[in-house]
Amino acid sequence: MLATEDLKSIEADKVVDARGTACPGPLLAVKQAIADISDGGIMQIMSSDAGTKRDVPRWANKKGYEYLGDYEESGYFVMYLKK
Amino acid sequence: MLEKKVEQLQNQRKDQLTMVVFSNDLDKILAALVIAVGAAAMDTEVKMFFTFWAISALRNPKKKGKGKDIKSKMFGAMLPHGISQLKLSKMNMEGLGKDMIKGIMKHKNIASPEEMLATAGELGVQIDICEMSMDLMGFKKEEMIDYPNLGYCGVATFLADAGESSIQLFI
Repeated sequence: MLATEDLKSIEADKVVDARGTACPGPLLAVKQAIADISDGGIMQIMSSDAGTKRDVPRWANKKGYEYLGDYEESGYFVMYLKK
Repeated sequence: MLEKKVEQLQNQRKDQLTMVVFSNDLDKILAALVIAVGAAAMDTEVKMFFTFWAISALRNPKKKGKGKDIKSKMFGAMLPHGISQLKLSKMNMEGLGKDMIKGIMKHKNIASPEEMLATAGELGVQIDICEMSMDLMGFKKEEMIDYPNLGYCGVATFLADAGESSIQLFI
């Protein structure tokens, strides 16, 4: 897991803003968006749903993607994963 | 030897979730749908078996079954006409509690049961309805919702699917 500083310096290939939805909305948004990036690409996910912070790493693990880490902003979480 | 047997047994289980949906309480149907949609998002194959009271959640309020006898008509009139009419198992308070929960869900951007059912359909969640319960409740196939992956089956289909699933639930 990368440190917040390192995460903030990452330029994502795809940004998924799922702050408007509750479980399981963010996970669905991530699943749908992953098709838009190529292998090795990085996705940034924003979610106001705290549960998503635990769900996305599990999903990534199952799919064989690398979960890079997350940090908290005011009122939401930012997560990064590598396809 | 034992290890090999365990491995063999484990290998028979697919990444599949099989769920019996028995209740027509709004809260329980909601839980079932969240789990189903979540599992589908995890690329787990999902099979839902609707039986007994839960079948009323799959009625289309605009459709009517033809040629029903008096008992079937009574059941039909007394049970919810589709997912929008379901009641809470607790704190329903003649529908006040239900309306409040639905209001809060909307406010918190939680998908409605109707939306969740549509999403389940888009994600390929299979719904099978128990034929025997259909007959018992006097429901007709023509009064059910238009759902992309809707089928009718008996208990053996459920057992076969559950047997090869890594997760089985009864809701």
